[in-house]
Amino acid sequence: MSVNGSQRVDLEVVANLIPPQSRVLDVGSGDGSLLELLQETKQVDGRGLELSQRGVNECVARGLSVVQGDADTDLEFYPDKGFDFVVLSQTLQATRNPKLVLDELLRIGNRAIVSFPNFGHWRVRLSLFVEGRMPVTKDLPYSWYDTPNIHFCTIRDFVNLCEELGATVEKATALDANGQKIGLSMPWWFWNFFGQQAVFLLKR
Amino acid sequence: MAAPRAARTNNEVDNPSSLVLRFGPDKPLKLDAGTLLSPFQIAYQTYGVLNDARSNAILVCHALTGDQHVANTNPVTGKPGWWEVLIGPGKIIDTNRFFVICSNVIGGCLGSTGPASTNPATGTPYGLDLPVITIRDMVRAQQMLIDHFGIEKLFCVLGGSMGGMQVLQWASSYPERVFSALPIATGARHSSQNIAFHEVGRQAVMADPDWHGGKYFEHGRRPEKGLAVARMAAHITYLSEAALHRKFDRNLQDREALTFGFDADFQIESYLRHQGMTFVDRFDANAYLYMTRSMDYFDLAADHGGRLADAFAGTRTRFCLVSFTSDWLFPTEESRSIVHALNAAGASVSFVEIETDRGHDAFLLDEPELFAAINGFIGSAARARGLAS
Repeated sequence: MSVNGSQRVDLEVVANLIPPQSRVLDVGSGDGSLLELLQETKQVDGRGLELSQRGVNECVARGLSVVQGDADTDLEFYPDKGFDFVVLSQTLQATRNPKLVLDELLRIGNRAIVSFPNFGHWRVRLSLFVEGRMPVTKDLPYSWYDTPNIHFCTIRDFVNLCEELGATVEKATALDANGQKIGLSMPWWFWNFFGQQAVFLLKR
Repeated sequence: MAAPRAARTNNEVDNPSSLVLRFGPDKPLKLDAGTLLSPFQIAYQTYGVLNDARSNAILVCHALTGDQHVANTNPVTGKPGWWEVLIGPGKIIDTNRFFVICSNVIGGCLGSTGPASTNPATGTPYGLDLPVITIRDMVRAQQMLIDHFGIEKLFCVLGGSMGGMQVLQWASSYPERVFSALPIATGARHSSQNIAFHEVGRQAVMADPDWHGGKYFEHGRRPEKGLAVARMAAHITYLSEAALHRKFDRNLQDREALTFGFDADFQIESYLRHQGMTFVDRFDANAYLYMTRSMDYFDLAADHGGRLADAFAGTRTRFCLVSFTSDWLFPTEESRSIVHALNAAGASVSFVEIETDRGHDAFLLDEPELFAAINGFIGSAARARGLAS
């Protein structure tokens, strides 16, 4: 369910947020890169939920514990606080109901980790402002008519949604176009302008 | 006694050519029907060597008309074992590495106690005097076999269709004895449509005048026509429309034109007749009634107040479920509902759906994606169990 063409620079940032031996559910586990990374480096008890059957079959063939399912409809079957961490990386913008999905993540996990492409990035703004066209970039390679990304948001939008859902932001990281972390002391507007991707650690 | 014995479907019933474990009056099998089966016997085969820690045992559960000869030449048909594509030395389930056990289910006809077995109380075959056998009864008997080997925890229990039902029952009844479970092309309950097909098959058997109320051995007869029809109808449900079209279309059988009669004009007719005829040479008609009934009665959620997740509460077993896109006997939704229940129970579960037009029977065939999934699942479970590769 990874719907972002770029190399997944956010994976390591996500992995660094997770202590060893945690119980982790990776929603939108794609080809299993994150789960594999977490199992190898953190010995986590990892599970995955993935929309594409091909992705699932690849994961299972690699020995990962992954089921085929849809974040929009299948999260309801998981018990409250069944996991230490629920990860949703590069998938939120592709869900039909991001608010409900985020709410479910906070219910299922003691903590939720969400990463997403920031639609407030200056390149996106520039594309709209100067060309008057929906942006097609290296990270967001789809045209408006064929994109699976139906619910883009900016970092500020996401912070607002977290507030609405009563979630506390325990940690947030913005990555610039080179995948480098943007300094912690910067204000939200700066992140929202220069952050290409964001990774949030949430608790409720 | 000579007449009924001569009419037996095969010579494997009381004294099978496989290994046999006999349980005397001191060890009866408790049946869901409310009675005890005693004495009784389990016919089984093993492959490979049980390691010192007794941690490398895999139990294979067979389907409706399968048997214990999973990876050796079948003594009745002379054909290869029914899962030899998967199990054997150097295969995906490597018998150089694992100790594989497969037993004929109770109620079957290849050497475990079933309706064709001699009832010690009468000296004649049980026929319908054998109580109805359930999936749970089969599993209870298998558990006694596993005890015999001194195996506390099976590394893996796997099987397709009715075998998959046994896998689910194992995981539910004896969670602490199942390290990993691999139910394939199965369901946690038999659907109304599936019960319907089974009922058609049973009625075909019972409508055959040679059935004699189940006492055909005493009459020196066998309800071959009825059983063949039952098999023909069932066989259709194991395939798919696409596969039938691909293999047979409307092709004619050894003729240039329609004959305007009721011979097997079409290849599909000839194929089904052949399936029916070869089946009656190897399978007991009453056993077919018992096997189909056991599946009809299976409803794991009903045993747990209607909530399937409760059947797996607190389980630590690692699960992998597999379904096939063209399987209309156990469609993917059946597996998905088990996955949801396992998710709710917090279980470790994988689930793959495999794209194929080969229908329900795909689980018995050479399906590379199926093998890749099984290989990945078994491999990671073996690492978790500390089994050397």
